[in-house]
Amino acid sequence: MQQLLFISPSPHVHTSNTVSRCMWNVVIALVPALLCALYFFGIGAAIVIATSVVGCVLTEYLITRFMLRQPAQIGNGAAILTGVLLGFNLPSNLPVWIVLIGSVVAIGIGKMAFGGLGCNIFNPALVGRVFLLLSFPVQMTTWPEPLVNTTSYPDATTGATILSQLKMGLIDPKNVDLLNGLTGQMGGSLGEVSAIALLIGFIYLLCTRVITWHIPVSIVVVAAAFSFCIGVDPCVEILSGGLLLGAIFMATDYVTSPMSHRGMLVYGALIGLITIIIRQWGAYPEGMSFAILLMNGFTPLINRYIKPAKFGERSKK
Amino acid sequence: MKTFSKGGVHPPEQKLTAGNEIITLDLPGEVTLMLGQHIGAPAKPVVAKGDKVKRGDVIAEAGGFVSAPVHTPISGTVVKVDTVKNQQGLAVPAVYIKADADDAAADAEARKNAKPARTDAEIAALQAGEIKDIIKGAGIVGLGGATFPTHVKLSPPPEFKPEVVIINAVECEPYITADHRLMLEHPDEVIEGVRLLARSVGVNRAVIGIESNKPDAIALLQEKLAGATDVEVCPLKVKYPQGGEKQLIEAVIGREVPSGALPIATGAVVQNVATAYAVHRAVRYGEPLMERIATVTGPGVAKPGNFLFAIGTPLTTLIEAAGGLPEDTGKVIGGGPMMGRTISNLDSPAVKGTSALLIFSQGEAQRRPIENCIRCAKCVDVCPMGLEPYLLSTLSRLKRWDDAEAEKIVNCIECGSCSFICPASRPLLDFIRLGKATVMANIRSRKS
Repeated sequence: MQQLLFISPSPHVHTSNTVSRCMWNVVIALVPALLCALYFFGIGAAIVIATSVVGCVLTEYLITRFMLRQPAQIGNGAAILTGVLLGFNLPSNLPVWIVLIGSVVAIGIGKMAFGGLGCNIFNPALVGRVFLLLSFPVQMTTWPEPLVNTTSYPDATTGATILSQLKMGLIDPKNVDLLNGLTGQMGGSLGEVSAIALLIGFIYLLCTRVITWHIPVSIVVVAAAFSFCIGVDPCVEILSGGLLLGAIFMATDYVTSPMSHRGMLVYGALIGLITIIIRQWGAYPEGMSFAILLMNGFTPLINRYIKPAKFGERSKK
Repeated sequence: MKTFSKGGVHPPEQKLTAGNEIITLDLPGEVTLMLGQHIGAPAKPVVAKGDKVKRGDVIAEAGGFVSAPVHTPISGTVVKVDTVKNQQGLAVPAVYIKADADDAAADAEARKNAKPARTDAEIAALQAGEIKDIIKGAGIVGLGGATFPTHVKLSPPPEFKPEVVIINAVECEPYITADHRLMLEHPDEVIEGVRLLARSVGVNRAVIGIESNKPDAIALLQEKLAGATDVEVCPLKVKYPQGGEKQLIEAVIGREVPSGALPIATGAVVQNVATAYAVHRAVRYGEPLMERIATVTGPGVAKPGNFLFAIGTPLTTLIEAAGGLPEDTGKVIGGGPMMGRTISNLDSPAVKGTSALLIFSQGEAQRRPIENCIRCAKCVDVCPMGLEPYLLSTLSRLKRWDDAEAEKIVNCIECGSCSFICPASRPLLDFIRLGKATVMANIRSRKS
């Protein structure tokens, strides 16, 4: 024998899937929504998303390189994904410096402070968004009208979202044009406007088996059922605001969601419930971010008490 | 199509040798027969240096109830009763036999024209106990790779009543095709073995579970069994680890083996298809288990194939038959890529459990670098036992043995689905094995 043989325990073959492939698949799934954002909000959308991605990647690079002194792992796409998701949760006329603050908080506090990829408790993009929402409430809640002034930034014509108009009683729920919710021709954060684009992304994620159906479906079903019970039009609730973006892309974040299918269903159901409660009775018109962050905090508890059914344990006669 | 309900993965099938007919290798001039080729007590040698032995003679008798005798596949002289380095390089007791020149010709002739030892009428008249005794005397063990003595499995504790015999012809491991070829080339013999196994436990129903990636074998056996009511073929959806005993029982008859109980608690007795063939040889030809079929394969192997060989043949002979070790060989695996064990000593002899030799190149042999767990839950998703591999692995790493026990680490069947699917390439099963072994030792010491 000229060459030494490797000795290792089984298994000896491995899936071709990798962490970075998972992350890049999510980024690909976000492309339809990204195109919609660029179409409806133009140059502003491009600037906000680009700033957010650059901010997130730079923050992660600097922290791993100079504080943790480890090789940087930008290539796995996690920081880029956080950047895109954060950008999707911001209005398109937000000043660049505010976007940068958001990305530093998202990566620096939301992710790296906990130990980096896989260790964070809360969804980093949402940490960044909520930080900005609480710190810059005015800038974070003035939404450019879609298809108006798509070439100028940041002086766009602004207006309120459907949800805040509903909250203030400015419009009648019966007058909401749902078709606009589907295609995305309405005010709102960059990524949350077009339901169809988000659903295309959802189908892509299911086909590539990046996520399972449990979390998004349970969120949407419970949100719809609960809003129907309290006499609110479920279609308006689901198609407006960040519900679909949150259900498909934010709540399904691997790191901060439960591990078992049953746990995912409970987690999703509670997110749907809390979102509608905040929208109906809370101070904010939009409740998705808070609901997801709240349930992120409950994820360890869910993992502890809601376990998958073990083989041979359930059917003991 | 039926399959088991929880988890499972689908690694690339890579059945390179599915179309290769079984090649019978010549009997070797020398064999080394290890005494511990099965689960349980090692066999006790009944020959000494200088003894003359004939092909098929017992050279070591069962060392207890859970044990099996060992027979010689060649006639000749006992060179020595000594130790040999096994596949993992550990010294274990073995009997060395060298063929005499004139015996070799007689052996080859006897092997070619094997004469039935029993007529149809005699076989039909056999009682269940008699069949079991033949199996026990023939040293037959589970040939899927686990090598548990077959007669023990056919003798369940009296409180359990067998209802059905399930034949494991799933061959869910990638690369391996030995059982597939066996069914295609010896369907009648396999079916006779299946019927004998069913009779030996007093049931008149047997189900042969075959994964649907072997449509020719399914069709052939179904054709042979047309009109039969006692044996049926059950096509199964391709999913690993369907060949696991608990998974196969659930897939075929829909019953779960309760945690901690014997599989017979479901009324099912599971036997491998190659074992059924060995039972046929033992009953019809009076031939003990001294030969078997193995697949020798790998992406870079020159002439991969399925080989019928004498137990005790050096592994190098098998590898030579497949065209020799490729230049950049990095790993040789005994068994399939999901559960097989790596072999460090290629000079060791083939054993009853050698179902395949899989050869990987240097590149294929290496593991990917480990990344952080991203809690994607894929390991939980694929665990066929409904466990949480990420948690068990972490608890084992932290030496929290009691917590690991509470999370049922001992239920793990070590199928490797979790390590296979992990996108972060974490060695989940390595840690779980460590934890499982420690917890089982703790449980044993508590009992005593």
